[in-house]
Amino acid sequence: MLNRDEDILQAAETWQKQGHGVALATVVETWGSAPRPAGSSLVINDDGTFLGSVSGGCVEGAVVTEALDVIASGQPKMLEFGVADETAWNVGLSCGGTIRVFVEKVG
Amino acid sequence: MKLEILKELNAERAARRPVVIVTDTANGEQRLVKAADIAADPLRAELSKQLRMGKSGNVEVAGKKLFLNVYAPTAKLVIIGAVHISQALAPLARSLDYDVTVVDPRTAFASPERFPDVPLVAEWPDVALPPLNVDHYTAFVAVTHDPKIDDPALLHAFDRDCFYIGALGSRKTHAKRAERLRAQGAKDSDIARIHAPIGLDIGAVSPSEIAVAIMAEITAQLRLPPKEKEEAA
Repeated sequence: MLNRDEDILQAAETWQKQGHGVALATVVETWGSAPRPAGSSLVINDDGTFLGSVSGGCVEGAVVTEALDVIASGQPKMLEFGVADETAWNVGLSCGGTIRVFVEKVG
Repeated sequence: MKLEILKELNAERAARRPVVIVTDTANGEQRLVKAADIAADPLRAELSKQLRMGKSGNVEVAGKKLFLNVYAPTAKLVIIGAVHISQALAPLARSLDYDVTVVDPRTAFASPERFPDVPLVAEWPDVALPPLNVDHYTAFVAVTHDPKIDDPALLHAFDRDCFYIGALGSRKTHAKRAERLRAQGAKDSDIARIHAPIGLDIGAVSPSEIAVAIMAEITAQLRLPPKEKEEAA
């Protein structure tokens, strides 16, 4: 099956119970051609282990790095990725779309 | 996301009940709305629209930008009849993200050689169906052409409020089926829910084409708002 979000959110709960710091990153908006629709999510723990996807691989590395900050600070963050943001983030979406990703701590 | 919300979200998802998480993305404030509570929610119009489309999105309410994240259960497809059409229908439905199960008591039909990788239940509907937890997020298709198998299965589908019920057969066959089902206590409103002849009228001939017609009709039933649905039918 292609719909794996269930397992991802279950993993987030399990990691949290095991005492990990956990963050949830969710695509909240897309413009143009974006690889994953709004609602797609990535869960990250404080080891840097992650499950799911917000872009099909283009920006996950940057999201994981930001998520580790969010786990440490507890403050949610909005990230934006797109071709126009390449100078800011140094990663972008090769498909030419733009996505906004909301990153929040779990717990 | 608060741990309590995550736990509740996972519990609702495990029970195959739809949920929407409403997040104020400016400050991270969040609440969980169960499908059963949508009718009484101030955002009911927005929530029900997003839920019907199975689509997450943003709304602006009183100057606040809210993200509505929709968690609808994975749709299921139960196929009664391990026939040629089902061999084309099962993989097509899986590619559309449905959890597919094929039910047919005739073991010569319901064989793993004919249905590789598809969950098969070689039992009569009265035994096979109760454990499948057929629910509103289930499309139900009866294609055996054998009333002994199709009829009890359809009665089960009525009880479980499936979002789509389809049955193979011409108008004439369907008229006879309607008579039999009525004799077994089915209401006219239940019988009216059966899509028969099954599938959108696209002139389908081969089993694969019929499978496309069926999945197109199921998709329309799942996604179109009620009015446009009538026009498509």
